[in-house]
Amino acid sequence: MMPDSVTHDYTGPDARPGQKAAPKPAAESVHSQSQNQPGAKPEGQSITIPDPVVQVEDWFFSYGGDWVLKEINLEIARKEVTAFIGPSGCGKSTLLRCFNRLNDLIDGARHQGRIVADGTDIYGPDLDVTELRKRVGMVFQKSNPFPKTIYENIAYGPRILGLRDRSRLDEIVEKSLKDAALWDEVKDRLETSALGLSGGQQQRLCIARTIAVEPEVVLMDEPCSALDPIATAKIEELILELKKDYTIVIVTHNMQQAARISDYTAYLWLGQLIEFDETDLIFTNPKQKLTEDYITGRFG
Amino acid sequence: MTQFWKSGNPFVWLTGAALAASVLMIVGLVLLILFKGLSQFWPSTLAELHLQDGSKVMGEIWDREEIPDAEPGADNASQYRLRLKVANRDLYSLDFRWIDESDIQQRLSPPPAIAIERQEWGNFYGYFVGLKKDGETVAADLVDGWPTIEASLDEMRKLRERIKEIEKSDIGDINHDLERLRLGLRKITLASDTTTAETRQLIADKRAQMADLQAEYLDKEKALADFYGSSRKIVLSMVSVDGHTIDIPVYDIVRIWKPNELSVFGKCGIYLDKLWEFVTGEPRESNTEGGIFPAIFGTVMLVIIMSIAVVPLGVLAAVYLREYARQGVWVRAIRIAVNNLAGVPSIVYGVFGLGFFIYGLGGTLDQLFFSEALPTPTFGTGGIFWASLTLALLTVPVVIVATEEGLAAVPREIREGSLALSATKFETLWRVVLPSAMPGILTGLILAVARAAGEVAPLMITGVVKLAPALPLDGTFPFLHLERKFMHLGFHIYDVGFQSPNVEAAIPMVYSTTLLLLVIVVFLNLFAIYVRNRLREKLAYSAF
Repeated sequence: MMPDSVTHDYTGPDARPGQKAAPKPAAESVHSQSQNQPGAKPEGQSITIPDPVVQVEDWFFSYGGDWVLKEINLEIARKEVTAFIGPSGCGKSTLLRCFNRLNDLIDGARHQGRIVADGTDIYGPDLDVTELRKRVGMVFQKSNPFPKTIYENIAYGPRILGLRDRSRLDEIVEKSLKDAALWDEVKDRLETSALGLSGGQQQRLCIARTIAVEPEVVLMDEPCSALDPIATAKIEELILELKKDYTIVIVTHNMQQAARISDYTAYLWLGQLIEFDETDLIFTNPKQKLTEDYITGRFG
Repeated sequence: MTQFWKSGNPFVWLTGAALAASVLMIVGLVLLILFKGLSQFWPSTLAELHLQDGSKVMGEIWDREEIPDAEPGADNASQYRLRLKVANRDLYSLDFRWIDESDIQQRLSPPPAIAIERQEWGNFYGYFVGLKKDGETVAADLVDGWPTIEASLDEMRKLRERIKEIEKSDIGDINHDLERLRLGLRKITLASDTTTAETRQLIADKRAQMADLQAEYLDKEKALADFYGSSRKIVLSMVSVDGHTIDIPVYDIVRIWKPNELSVFGKCGIYLDKLWEFVTGEPRESNTEGGIFPAIFGTVMLVIIMSIAVVPLGVLAAVYLREYARQGVWVRAIRIAVNNLAGVPSIVYGVFGLGFFIYGLGGTLDQLFFSEALPTPTFGTGGIFWASLTLALLTVPVVIVATEEGLAAVPREIREGSLALSATKFETLWRVVLPSAMPGILTGLILAVARAAGEVAPLMITGVVKLAPALPLDGTFPFLHLERKFMHLGFHIYDVGFQSPNVEAAIPMVYSTTLLLLVIVVFLNLFAIYVRNRLREKLAYSAF
């Protein structure tokens, strides 16, 4: 069920350099465009984004049985935060894991459609998965530091990429930990086990580990769901800071969180994209009844 | 009543009782082994018993028991008898004697009684007559003569070391070289045309070298004969309690003590000395006396070689089963088969080892590389290497199962975390999964060691011997002799306890050897557990 590798008409980021500076007004106009076809596809209310990093085109995905993702069309904005919300089992984590092909590990997984990142079909036959994962990092729901020292955790990615120079590794470790706002807390115990850190620190360590290889996109799969409010606030602060350099896609159960930190929000329900729009619009003026029901807490 | 059953109390009692019974049995066994194993080295007092018929016996009292077939009501009192270790095997031929208590007229513990441990014939218990040098008496009084006796003991101990050195190193080296030359000669005659001048020259050279070595050998042997001659010159004249006089060459004396005069500290000294000899010495008197160092060495080395063989094999197999193989009917069938392998009787593995490793692999190796030594087999006979491989085969299911469990316990998030950092599956396995599974692998190794160290049956047909002339690791090139036969504590227990000519005298040795085997297994396990716990601490997954 491999998709045909159709050449796409995407022009690439360099073709439109000026667009990124003002994404919101542009998006607004695009949004009104999508309203021009009401009823054509009511469960796929979506907008197009100028200069997207990732484009999902008619994406279907299955773990072997029925499709768990059906006809998803959306685009991920460069250096913005995109949130996926929806009730449990709606497929938001599955969609996220399609972006770095982590679902490949599951026997019997199949898909249809295309996901294009910076002009490359990431499910194309020539694609090097490790190269893709270098460009698309991921932070998981449960913090998962390796049972190694803090230093080794951060240095793991660069080492995998072949970096051996100790002083360069030292630099990377320091920079990554500083970017992840963890440096001051751990600088004196880099050689102790990462498992001795608190939950929030572990999660920030995982973020530091992810950005140590300087990916373009950071995927976050409910990164705060196991953390207390203070640790959550720190991570959220960090996400807003990281937005300057990275494109972030975050899956969250917490609608306040999505409202606080994301620029775009996609609402998924039963494997379908119900609505994708700017976060402000989704939370103030949802176009779909289903979205409104969910965000007002009437179900889910 | 229903309420009583429903409450579950009887079940609690039942489970508790089952546990208590198990613990009691194990603790009882360990205590028995500890007591019997450690008490045999204690120098107990020598009792001199005067019997009703006028005869005298002397020995250590080992046991006191009710006479089983005493006629009921004969005396209206239970009759007891004593088991006396009378030693002096060369005089009485038996070490032990039963004496009925009713026959005893008088019990003494005479201070001048002397116990002598000899290289041959076991202990001697008796009285001192004199110390003779070249037939002349140099000391006739025990108190005055004691320093002289000790001095001559020292002298003879040095002589023994010299003789041992000549026998082991000098003559051993010459024999080793001779054997090498002989094999070289045979190789030449087997491989090449013996009529050419070159080959003849080569053969002549070798022959000349051999002749030189032979001459050297004869020299050494003569020196040895001289030493042996002087070893008989100092003798200790002793008399047994029933009047037999006997001359014991001081050279043959291992240690001499006066059990009835010794203080507690003196006894402790002898105790420790004997214990030390037991652990570090070589066996004497067909293994019933002396030490068991070669058996300890063989056991530990066997387990080490087994571990080196079993861990890579088991871990790699488990990694394939768990990580690479497509889970399905076949993998499940293989898993069941592996589990069942753990239940195959160990002797079956022994037979397999004999057929496959020794006759198959060993025989082929001999054909290919050691053909000059044939028909004497080099690897085509039992040896420590084949025995270790057989044990590795026996324990590989345990390692596979434990490693698989360890791999399964590595959280999926950890693997995904590594994959998401662009590591390949192999890199993830090698750098993250296997290190995290290390405690599981070590658990497998611990179980394997525990099983292997106690296994005897497969060893009996793959290379264990009653008495090995040399250790598998020594100073002769190539230092590690994997083809050598070896001694083993488990087999030692069987051999000493059930195959020795003097089983009764060997019983304490069985207990001590059992104790030592237990200690070694416990020690090996503790070491592995320590390593595993250190790793666990490092790897512990902290909860939030």
